[in-house]
Amino acid sequence: MDFNDTPEEAAYRTKARAWLSKNAEPIDPNEPAADPLAEREDEKTIQAAKAWQAKKFDEGWACITWPKEYGGQGGTTMQNVIFNQEQARFKTPPNIYTIGHGMLGPTIMTHGTPEQKAKYVKRMARGEEIWCQLFSEPAAGSDLAGLRSSALRDGDDWVINGQKIWSTGAHFSKWGMIVVRTDPNAAKHAGLTYFIIDMESKGIEIRPIKQINGGSGFNEVFFTDARVPDANRLGAVGDGWRVALTTLMNERVAIGAGSAAGGFKNLLKLARDTRRNGRPALQDSAVRQRLADFWVKQQGLKYTGFRTLSALSQGKTPGPEGSIGKAVGAPMAQELAAFAVELQGPLGATRDHAYSVHEALWQNNWLGVPGMRVAGGTDEILKNIIAERVLRLPPEIRLDKDLPFRDIPTGPPHK
Amino acid sequence: MNFDFSEDQKLVQKTARDYLAEHSPLATCRRVLEGKDLYDATLWKGVAEMGWLGAAVPEQYGGAGLGHLEMVLIAEEIGRALAPIPFSSSVYLATEALLLAGSEEQKKKYLPRLATGEVIGTLAMHEGPGDADAASVKARVENGRLTGEKLPVPDGDVAGIALVLVRDGSGLSLVIADLDTSGVTRTSLTSLDPSRSLAKLAFSNVPVETVGAAGKGWELAEKVLDRAAVLMAFEQLGGATRALEITREYAMGRYAFGRPIASFQALKHRFADLYCAIELARSNAYYGAWALSHGNDELPLASCGARISASEAFDLAGEEMIQIHGGVGYTWEYDCHLFFRRAKLLSLTLGSPSEWREKLISRLETRDAA
Repeated sequence: MDFNDTPEEAAYRTKARAWLSKNAEPIDPNEPAADPLAEREDEKTIQAAKAWQAKKFDEGWACITWPKEYGGQGGTTMQNVIFNQEQARFKTPPNIYTIGHGMLGPTIMTHGTPEQKAKYVKRMARGEEIWCQLFSEPAAGSDLAGLRSSALRDGDDWVINGQKIWSTGAHFSKWGMIVVRTDPNAAKHAGLTYFIIDMESKGIEIRPIKQINGGSGFNEVFFTDARVPDANRLGAVGDGWRVALTTLMNERVAIGAGSAAGGFKNLLKLARDTRRNGRPALQDSAVRQRLADFWVKQQGLKYTGFRTLSALSQGKTPGPEGSIGKAVGAPMAQELAAFAVELQGPLGATRDHAYSVHEALWQNNWLGVPGMRVAGGTDEILKNIIAERVLRLPPEIRLDKDLPFRDIPTGPPHK
Repeated sequence: MNFDFSEDQKLVQKTARDYLAEHSPLATCRRVLEGKDLYDATLWKGVAEMGWLGAAVPEQYGGAGLGHLEMVLIAEEIGRALAPIPFSSSVYLATEALLLAGSEEQKKKYLPRLATGEVIGTLAMHEGPGDADAASVKARVENGRLTGEKLPVPDGDVAGIALVLVRDGSGLSLVIADLDTSGVTRTSLTSLDPSRSLAKLAFSNVPVETVGAAGKGWELAEKVLDRAAVLMAFEQLGGATRALEITREYAMGRYAFGRPIASFQALKHRFADLYCAIELARSNAYYGAWALSHGNDELPLASCGARISASEAFDLAGEEMIQIHGGVGYTWEYDCHLFFRRAKLLSLTLGSPSEWREKLISRLETRDAA
């Protein structure tokens, strides 16, 4: 048991750190932590992010785990983790490539034709164009395979109609990856097909969704007779579910690599600076008990992450137990934010940059975390995954599994 | 990064699991729970012969000279088996205290006998209800002789020696007392988990010897508890994991409404929550094991994390075990209550989780101020 890098890992870390020191400013550890849920996507930020990605690509630090022929470095997952750990110590633009590099690139490399791989993957690695995912629909979230957007064959093209939702960054993406229903007479999972679509095509309308925190990181995307060439089909007709699973498996890895919001250090400072029962809240034993629980859980998550890294370091593939991070982390982040807001008493009900404690960091957090519990698999779906794939308990009974899709019952239409 | 045990260490664990599967099935725990014996003497002898009691004791004091990374894995297996022996008191508390603070002479005198199991040791801190509290220690040592009462003392009725927290001329000190001398009265208490005993110890003018620096007894006891907390966390993990496995097995085979009850989402989510609690506890315990085995100054925080989450996980496992079994889980005949009882005993014995939460925040404040 040893927390240190192996000699090879240490050498790689030194190399990464040296390159970063030459190309970016280090973060001052005494600066207050930035709001991790803040959305920063103005044009200037996007340009800065593209420039940073291009620099990494040109100098050999982009898409570290991808094969060299696709613009990657042919490196290990552990090297990628090490580079990301080092990069986190420097002021760099936000990563707008999580979906493309984390999920979509690997999907094209797994299922694409040689032409598709040659056309898209290397460009994706350099980051000149941004990619988005078009999976969820208003009536197909946790039950993704229940999606209803359709594609009908018309000569060398397919014609797409329907609506997608929760598409992160669709408004600044050049390419999208979409799953649609090509055969409503087939059973639910059998009638789907997967395409790469140019987001600038005619018949695509993108509307930002206003979230409860006022931000708009997600979009609704409407398709009205939008055309996509058959050459852009990824995998066989009717094989879209299998292709989509590749994307979703990579989503778990991409999201699991992130960390929970709301640092404990900030919370301790808050408890010291606010008062309860005529003294600093930090002296109140009920507050201390809660603080201890948060600390213990955060530590548990941190070291669970270390155990995953150890498995990676030994060349093993992390399994579905990686769902713990989000299944525990997201509800905890919500409890923590609610606790921090409550500590502030009546002023906790303000979200005023000038007057609220810590410039309304905790209120912003509180409004952001309900989304964390839903995005990328709800708490309930993650618990199903743990129960079924880790503990091998029986799968859910699915009444719609073998019915032709058109005969599956639906509820009344939404408002 | 290698946050995992070595193949050799895992082999030690496998040997322990195989041995206990044969020599300490749950029926062994039940026999002590239902009978007059305070612990299983045959198993104690076997465990001593396996070299586990002195696994972390250097060879010069009669131990096996392995490290704490081996010891925690043995502790996990003791927990899995719900072994009805005074392992934690003798190994995590008495042996660790002597390793930490015993004089050369004390180590030579006591460690070989603790390692062979010939004598059982324990730590006596509490004097009634509530958390251990430096201000309220009444047991007194004057002219090298101890008078006072301690309760509860884990395994105090079967122990031959005890490290006792006392008040003396220099404040609070830790002393070692031979319990087989006149002036010591042992009284067995009815335990919530009768497979592990608790006792009251009364001392009247009993000769004792100071362990470690006089006047530093409280600090020393805290250090012993930090070490014991990590070892105990593994024992709790073992118990919690076994409870989950047995409950899973039951829920897969029990049918209601035409299907295994393990297929109901209400139960699947309870299983997932329990699994998460156990895995978080495991991660915190691993970190504690690392800090303990490397003598790292992270141990005072790491021990709190290990102690709190392992106590929560095993307590939860015991409760869920009965709940998911349903009616039969509440019967004496089924083994659920063995786990339910042991979980509570272990989560209280070294100080309750709330006491450790308070300890943790105090330590974080101190570190923050430094």
